[in-house]
Amino acid sequence: MLKVKLGGTLVNKAGGRTEFEVEGANIMQMLRNLGRTCPELEPMLQKGVSVAVDGQIYRDAMLQPLGPENEIILLPRMAGG
Amino acid sequence: MPLDANTPDLRTEFKSVGTRPNRPDGVDKVTGRARFGADFALPGQLTGLILRSPHAHAKIKSIDTSAAEALPGVKAVITYKDIPEQEGCDKDVLVNIMARGTALYDGHAVAAVAAVDASVARKALKLIKVDYKVLKHVTDVDEAMKPDAPVLHPGRFDPVDFSTLENAAHVSGKEERKTATPAHSNIAGRYVFGHGDPDKGFKQADVIVEHEFKTEATHQGYIEPHACTASVSSDGMAELWVCTQGPFMVRDVCASLLGMDVSRLRVTPSEIGGGFGGKTTVFIEPVALALSRKAGKPVKVVMSRSEVFRATGPTSSASMWVKIGAKKDGTFVAADAVLKYQGGAFPGSPVEMGAMCAFACYDLKNVRIVGYDVVTNRPKQAAYRAPGAPMSAFAVEGVIGEIADKLGMDAIDIRLKNAAKEGTVSSYGPTFGPVGLVETLEAAKAHKNYKVKLGKNQGRGVASGFWFNFAGNTCVSINLNVDGTLALALGTVDIGGSRASMCLMAAEELGISYEDVRAVIADTSSLGYNDISEGSRVTFSSGLATIKAVRDLKVRMCGRAAKIWGIPEDAVKWENGAAHPAGSNAGNFPPLSIKEIAAQASATGGPLAGHYEINAEGAGPSFATHVCDVEVDPDTGAMKVLRYLVVQDAGKAIHPSYVEGQFQGGAVQGIGWVLNEEYFYGKDGTLQNAGFLDYRVPVCSDVPMIDTVIVEVPNPGHPYGVRGVGETSIVPPLACVANAVSSAIGVRARTLPMSPPRVLAALEGVAASKA
Amino acid sequence: MSAVHVSTNINGDDVEFVCRPDESLLDVLRDRLGMTGSKEGCGTGDCGACSVELDGRLVCSCLVMGAEVGGHKIETIEGMAQGDKLHPLQQKFLEHAALQCGICTPGFLVAARNLLERNNDPTETEVRYWLAGNLCRCTGYDKIVRAVLDTAKDMRKSAAKSSAKKPAAKKKAAPKKTAKKGARHAA
Ligand code: FES
Ligand code: FES
Repeated sequence: MLKVKLGGTLVNKAGGRTEFEVEGANIMQMLRNLGRTCPELEPMLQKGVSVAVDGQIYRDAMLQPLGPENEIILLPRMAGG
Repeated sequence: MPLDANTPDLRTEFKSVGTRPNRPDGVDKVTGRARFGADFALPGQLTGLILRSPHAHAKIKSIDTSAAEALPGVKAVITYKDIPEQEGCDKDVLVNIMARGTALYDGHAVAAVAAVDASVARKALKLIKVDYKVLKHVTDVDEAMKPDAPVLHPGRFDPVDFSTLENAAHVSGKEERKTATPAHSNIAGRYVFGHGDPDKGFKQADVIVEHEFKTEATHQGYIEPHACTASVSSDGMAELWVCTQGPFMVRDVCASLLGMDVSRLRVTPSEIGGGFGGKTTVFIEPVALALSRKAGKPVKVVMSRSEVFRATGPTSSASMWVKIGAKKDGTFVAADAVLKYQGGAFPGSPVEMGAMCAFACYDLKNVRIVGYDVVTNRPKQAAYRAPGAPMSAFAVEGVIGEIADKLGMDAIDIRLKNAAKEGTVSSYGPTFGPVGLVETLEAAKAHKNYKVKLGKNQGRGVASGFWFNFAGNTCVSINLNVDGTLALALGTVDIGGSRASMCLMAAEELGISYEDVRAVIADTSSLGYNDISEGSRVTFSSGLATIKAVRDLKVRMCGRAAKIWGIPEDAVKWENGAAHPAGSNAGNFPPLSIKEIAAQASATGGPLAGHYEINAEGAGPSFATHVCDVEVDPDTGAMKVLRYLVVQDAGKAIHPSYVEGQFQGGAVQGIGWVLNEEYFYGKDGTLQNAGFLDYRVPVCSDVPMIDTVIVEVPNPGHPYGVRGVGETSIVPPLACVANAVSSAIGVRARTLPMSPPRVLAALEGVAASKA
Repeated sequence: MSAVHVSTNINGDDVEFVCRPDESLLDVLRDRLGMTGSKEGCGTGDCGACSVELDGRLVCSCLVMGAEVGGHKIETIEGMAQGDKLHPLQQKFLEHAALQCGICTPGFLVAARNLLERNNDPTETEVRYWLAGNLCRCTGYDKIVRAVLDTAKDMRKSAAKSSAKKPAAKKKAAPKKTAKKGARHAA
């Protein structure tokens, strides 16, 4: 089981829930399962999110492996200057 | 040395990296030979010009182009009808490049012409008749959130019910506290970050400071206006030469807006005359392509400076409330903020990033930030260096300055006491790895500038800042030439000398001389997809990919040597620019230099090349601390920056001169933001200062030398420890200068810019309250 | 509008061109003569990216009409290096990393050369005011000012050397006080 925390807008979309437990061996599976657990999040997930794994921010790396030991935080997708 | 291209190893000893050679594109740039966006010309090209709305908000009842079309020399006139909406395209970008039914801001494109020359094109623009019905407009963020504000996109955004939300009181100004209703439909988004319980935290505070702050929109102000030349042929093949931070982005977005296959459009980036985030989207590019498609001829479109100001991205203006509580010893116990950013006529202000960065410098147990993304009748904001962060830092660091004053604490000590370190749970969620804020604070404290005695009307300010830094999609190819020199093809546009850094990293990795590597920026048909040069990602990501591509090449070169020597591949190692037998039992062969391997390449199996494609991850955040001394003239309110110090963590400075250059450039842009720069709208909602005369960026005589200290706390995510450096440098200056002014004359500036009349008014206010 | 025929001299070469009366010298240089080294940052005399010398005086070429330059001498960035030998300012700009994007660089070089021809011993303040008509958004000016001061130092050294060699010609280049900011825009 992965522990996934939500940040930013995602919390509102998830009806105020800030933490989820979902299955998944990588970011793609985690996001898919999260979307199933909480369909309200689906549009945001489709739009794209950033995922912070142990402090590193991943914008696209869907195959980044995840495990129960990781700190996983979903953040809004970022763009820069 | 591990040759496996996937093994990260942190190198700490360098030969080439850290030196300061001349940049490879330097001579072209000092002789005028370098070709920028407007320097391309094609045979038979037409001049394209764009007609723009003179109104801040207006229904477009009709557009009559017949007279313009009839003018001799005019080859094409287009409106939104010539760019029909394609399935799956980004609707906001589509509407922004050409108004569809409603002009949403002063300068919004309405139609475009292509003609044989500029003078005919100008005449043609005058002949286009647009029938507008002027609508009520709103350009201020607080006004736009009021219940009776004109609505830009009726029905698009969910209403927000403030009565149920935290800090509703600070959402729409004091007078709105009771009247805020759930009908604010200019609010495109609401974002919350934080952890702990700030309300409880404030109960433990010995001092609490809270204030409201406002910053005006500023423009990236790159000296090169947007320019492109488009050529679409009758078989639908298209070419585009353009100054952009992201040629691959331009290709994909234009193809999607115009309904083309991506493969039909080839984009060649020119040299780019500054971007700072402003060239990370499209404006004229799809218009030029649509004109060329209709005219059947190449079309060149170059923006004027006033078009750049009116229609391309400035950053957001912001209205903010920040509250921080601290114990007597300076420990922060709680922090709370409401940030409201308007991002122009479309959703997407950088308020989320502003919110994430706001308190990121500090270790806070109880923190909350609420951000609102608001639309107004202004041009669609574009990223500007650390998008969103300078404004929130202005408010937060200003409040911290005041707390330090109240507690009688040194400005650096109070920051050291609360600084985020490895293991700190950041205010935006993730836990920090190794970061260098403490190191920057200590270096700033030890710097000679911090000890200079100040005179009358002089003051010193301190502020820190943070930026995430990005990584992302990157492809690099490196080809071994027959003489042993190398051709390095990069897909990330070089804005500030990154080619030099890439050549240094390639030379370092190969153990050869910097001069033997030549870097070029490839067009979109020559390399795989590369993300935009943005978010301080280039030196990190392209550097990483360059190193990995070189490692790939080294493996192949060692393989050749193994074949030549007749020994197994793993018995060969690469050292100092040559293949060597890995040990005494590998055999006794004299080393094969890169030149020898290159000379024999074709006889031993063909050309040698390395490449690497990655969606890079692992960019490390960069923190900075700035210290500035100012002198204020109490009679005029004018202010002079006497000294300015930038201390920032670069992870590893590949080419220190260009790292310093980023520090200095960011600092001066920030100084402009505090002192002069602002978007100034008239009552009618039109921009009043769309030129460099009235929109005043800092000039040479406005600033002193900018002192720099490069701190190097290696980023474990990069083989050489690199962190991006371009963004963070603009985060602290707003607060840093404001804090200095307050220490000089006892007036706290909470509205930017702090132009002389504002400073004077504040001074008079203080005098009056004392009288 | 009928076109005008103009004979002029650019970087020492006689040049003839035809332009419309509404074209600026910058338009002519860039679009008619293919000399794109001078840049257009604003077209209104505010950024200095289009700086050229007109009869030795520093001007914004976007504010000079093409039709006016007949019989005058124009110096542009393209004439700054002698063959493959860079002008000392060009060399110092490279060494000091005084450019990032480089769009402002031609204008700064032309303006700085004009300053050093008048005054080979400027103070930092004099350099800053002289260059106040040229905008650079990338560098924060620090490295540009250093490059100019360093070039001046070298020029003084080599002037001293050559005057030491030929004592007869011992006429030290008088450091004339420079015109202040704004003088160039008075054109
Ligand atoms: S283009 Fe001439 S001064 Fe800007
Ligand atoms: S180097 Fe970019 S504007 Fe000066």
